[in-house]
Amino acid sequence: MSTETAPDRITATRPASGRLRSGRLIGWDGAIVLVTLVFIAVAAVTVEHFGTSRNAGFLILDLTPVLLLALPMTLIIVTGEIDLSVASMVGLTSSAMGVMWNNGLPLETIMPLCVVIGAVLGAVNGIFVTALGLPSLAVTIGTLALYRGLAYVLLGDTAVADYPRDFTSWTIGNIGASSVPNVLIPLIVVSGIFAAALHATPVGRSVFAAGANPTAAAFAGIPVGRLKFWLYVVSGAVAGLVGVFWTLRYSSARADNAAGLELTVVAAVLLGGVSIFGGKGTLPGVVAGVVLLTSLQNALRLASVSTEALTVVTGSLLIVSVLAPNVVTSARAALARRRARLRMTPTS
Amino acid sequence: MTLLAQPTEPATGRTRTGSTALDLVLRFRALGLVIALAVLVAVTAAVNSRFVGQQSIRDLLLSAAITMLLAVGMTVVVLTRGIDLSVGSVLGLSAYVTADFLQSNAGTPVPVAMLVGLGVGAACGLVNGVVIHVGKVPPLVATLGTLYVFRGIVYFVAGGSRINASDMPPGFLDFGTARFAGIPYLIMVSLVVLVLIGVFLSRYRAGRDMYALGSSPEAARLAGVPAGRRLLTAYVLCGALAGLGGVLHAARYGTVDASAGSGLELSVVAAVVVGGVAIFGGSGTVYGAALGALLLTVISNALPVLSIDQFWQQAIVGALILGAIGLDRFVGLRVAASLRTKDSHVD
Amino acid sequence: MSAAGNTSDTGQQPARPVVTLSGVTKAFGAVMALRDARLELFPGEAHALVGENGAGKSTLIKILAGVHRPDAGVVTVGGQPVEFTNTAAAKDAGIAVIYQEPTLFPDLSVAENIFVGRQPRGRFGLIERAEMHRHATALFERLGVPLDPDRPAKGLSIADQQIVEIAKAISVDATVLIMDEPTAALSGVEVERLFAVVRGLRDAGAAVLFISHRFDEVAALCQRVTVMRDGAHVSTDLLADVTIDQIVRRMVGRELGALFPKQEVTPGDVVLEVDGLSRAGVYLDVSFQVRAGEIVALAGLVGSGRSEVVQAVFGVDPRDAGVVRVAGRALPAGNSKAAMRAGVALVPEDRRQQGLILDLSIMRNATLVRRNRLARFGFLTGGAERREAAEWTRRLQTRYGRLTDPAGTLSGGNQQKVVLAKWLATDPKVLIVDEPTRGIDVGTKAEVHRLMSQLAADGVAVLMVSSELPEVLGMADRVLVLREGRLVGELSRAEASEESVMFLATGQEAVA
Repeated sequence: MSTETAPDRITATRPASGRLRSGRLIGWDGAIVLVTLVFIAVAAVTVEHFGTSRNAGFLILDLTPVLLLALPMTLIIVTGEIDLSVASMVGLTSSAMGVMWNNGLPLETIMPLCVVIGAVLGAVNGIFVTALGLPSLAVTIGTLALYRGLAYVLLGDTAVADYPRDFTSWTIGNIGASSVPNVLIPLIVVSGIFAAALHATPVGRSVFAAGANPTAAAFAGIPVGRLKFWLYVVSGAVAGLVGVFWTLRYSSARADNAAGLELTVVAAVLLGGVSIFGGKGTLPGVVAGVVLLTSLQNALRLASVSTEALTVVTGSLLIVSVLAPNVVTSARAALARRRARLRMTPTS
Repeated sequence: MTLLAQPTEPATGRTRTGSTALDLVLRFRALGLVIALAVLVAVTAAVNSRFVGQQSIRDLLLSAAITMLLAVGMTVVVLTRGIDLSVGSVLGLSAYVTADFLQSNAGTPVPVAMLVGLGVGAACGLVNGVVIHVGKVPPLVATLGTLYVFRGIVYFVAGGSRINASDMPPGFLDFGTARFAGIPYLIMVSLVVLVLIGVFLSRYRAGRDMYALGSSPEAARLAGVPAGRRLLTAYVLCGALAGLGGVLHAARYGTVDASAGSGLELSVVAAVVVGGVAIFGGSGTVYGAALGALLLTVISNALPVLSIDQFWQQAIVGALILGAIGLDRFVGLRVAASLRTKDSHVD
Repeated sequence: MSAAGNTSDTGQQPARPVVTLSGVTKAFGAVMALRDARLELFPGEAHALVGENGAGKSTLIKILAGVHRPDAGVVTVGGQPVEFTNTAAAKDAGIAVIYQEPTLFPDLSVAENIFVGRQPRGRFGLIERAEMHRHATALFERLGVPLDPDRPAKGLSIADQQIVEIAKAISVDATVLIMDEPTAALSGVEVERLFAVVRGLRDAGAAVLFISHRFDEVAALCQRVTVMRDGAHVSTDLLADVTIDQIVRRMVGRELGALFPKQEVTPGDVVLEVDGLSRAGVYLDVSFQVRAGEIVALAGLVGSGRSEVVQAVFGVDPRDAGVVRVAGRALPAGNSKAAMRAGVALVPEDRRQQGLILDLSIMRNATLVRRNRLARFGFLTGGAERREAAEWTRRLQTRYGRLTDPAGTLSGGNQQKVVLAKWLATDPKVLIVDEPTRGIDVGTKAEVHRLMSQLAADGVAVLMVSSELPEVLGMADRVLVLREGRLVGELSRAEASEESVMFLATGQEAVA
């Protein structure tokens, strides 16, 4: 390219350069938080049992795995990649947990091991994506099948169920006599850590920079590849943790645990205003997205809408959450073009 | 120098003949698949000779026929740098709708049933294409969404019920088992589609545009390739073939419930990448994808014969996907290097 | 010097011009890329378009190619005024453009690349591959280049890719062939082959517009030359009527007084030392030193390897051999973090792709490289970043709405100030600036120059890559000239002149 392209680039880069205006996405985040609050208020009044503390406890238990997986997924999507293998990693660590338990290991040893196993699985994803430079979509579709397959290899279609009551009842239990689930506080703490990491640490700054413009990030001394690798490791480790939670919650290690959960996770993250193209998004938005999606599913279930309809809703929300900002962007671009044409006419 | 004035003047240098490094690799790749197939079949047959019996082979080809059909459609989409994860759900929807239609219209001839399935699939494909091209939603996200939407619709329509063989007209079920010259109709349908799409991709401008779009979207824009129309065609085609796959599924198995084709998208993607279609688009053939589908089917049929736990199957699918894209990347880099160092003409 | 002043009447027009441009203007935002562009292309003639970077050559080509639409002025083809709304319209009018970087389909065969969308069809609309192969072979025979039509475009050298683009152009019977610096990435032999082809086309009646920085090539191919400067036409002459010396003067002919001259500083110790830096095919054995308080310019044509050298020094690009020392300590190769720790800062060439993250806020951009330093107990609170960003943007007199606005909303000059702010905040010992004032307005330019001068006075070693000769001459204590990846000369401030730098850069000492 010749060096005089600078003025040309102003127009040559995507005519619909709506990505410049980030203000709108902050609006999206806010909107999702509002919609979530309004939805919960409306559902509490109109859907029977939705507002009960018992249901709220269930809702939080349902929400826990989705939210936990959504946290690292948010960081990964902000860097412009994706991890479709999260649910399979949950299944595999859950199976591994069952096998280890059958072999007589104590749970105190098994649980950290599961997190380590998850981290290793995530590292495999990370190596394929960063060292080999393969598209994360293809890699994690591959490991989605591979990890789920290995889960079946470990446990087949059997279940391992006899975990000590101490652990299982703590997982589903409440704090003292209150109706606040035990998992709520750890969940809030972990979410807070991720939110702080993304929005208030140097690493978080790097994550946004790497996703918005990897070249410029490299010129600012950010090791983009290494960053992504570690995000995949974290994603795996968190999936390992979710594997433990899932197993204890249902008192059952099964190969098909959490099958298909990656859809809900990705849908919730995108619904929370994270751009699938990377570089944009907030964790509060994602938390709202997770809460909205899971409480919507919960309310529909309470209203005896079939579980089948739920998949339609989740799938549609996934598409709409990407489609809607695009439609707004192109509408604005079209408007701007029309204005520009009107401006041009008198002079030419 | 008046080169233009004398167009018939013979060239001073020699033109190198067809075979290039890339050709060789592609051929080698198909050859590698064939060898892998042959070895697998030979080993399995050594363990149990009935594996190569007529009935066994026919069963194998019947199972492969449906995956092959979907892999052919998926190839077209992947060539344009896209992906369609919804094919399993489209197959399920089409299978159920077609079976349901036959249940209430017993006299329907088979070709009409096939058209119904094709139509259902094409409609689903159109939805994908519009969301992707008009809505500018990345193919992965769009079809991951419709994977669940279409599946949800099947459950909605089926409502937990299943359609059994006894509910469908015998003529249709015969079609699922009947043979012509020893070859089941289902296999012939797949082969005809394979050849038709193969010719479309290699010998029609629209087909070549698919390669152009995947090879370099920017160059395609400059060359005036109608990207929107081609992308819609690709997704409609992929959907329609998945729909046709649904009809074959119904005919072959006789019973259809709402979960027909669940998880099939993974095998189809695996077949395509194992068959040498570049996941980045722009290169690969439907014949390779068909071989990939065949290999996957052979593997899954060979597992029980080799007394390997059936549960390995999905892990193998995943490993094959990773291995294939990793290998393609590696070979691609090597070939690119060798093409660069070698002078492209003889002076 | 008035724009029309130097247009000489050549007396013998060969024919009616096939393409004319007159009074064409084009603005991009506040930047006037073209003020008064004029051009006439005649059949059977190769026409050179020369000018410094930023003179508006590329914009002019893009108007002819239908990429941009002019704000004012008239373009005619074959005597008829035309208005291209897209590239297809320009193609239909017989104008083919070959860009410096060809746009081929790597996975398709060479023949298909030529005929994509226009493949010869036979029965049932099937593509006749044999026919296509024959056509392609015939095209290459006409061009005298024995390319294999069946090989994939992947792996073709840039030279061969350009041959394929030319084959594409003649297959649609283009009457006008525009080539934008086609030789920048070619070797001598490849240039010869390309020229043989282009001469053949020219002699067969095509009008050729050739943009190049290399005067030997212009002389070897062209009959007529147009000089542009600052978006306006300066002169058009038969090449036989002008000397290269005259052309160079017209290209650079600008008053140097408008620029801010560098303060005199007694150079201190050597801070940056580059020894034997090499990278296969890009640059070879580049060695130089920069002392504290010095501004050293790295001059050379586009593609001579200037940016690659400084990017390797900074560590964002790898290098094959050589040592980079900062204050006597060697830096590890390919490690920009280590370079930053040692006090090296790089303000890169491409502001929009390399320098800034346009979607992120001004504040985030300005503090990105200091993110770790600004964190307290590992956490970044808005306050520290905001204070730092506010402080540095104020020092550089950056104009912006809010610090939280995306950097992409700023004007070019203010964007550059944010990039400078980002790096100056690191308190660099070595400041590398690559095209520090490209695409920014005159006022900001002077500010940037004053700033660089001030930094040097404060003891910073400044290494500047620039394509603008006035900037090089006004700012640099020493000028290093790169040609085709090799350091071909070093000029002191006293020795450096437009001509001496240009002639070293183009390898035209003999002509001078």
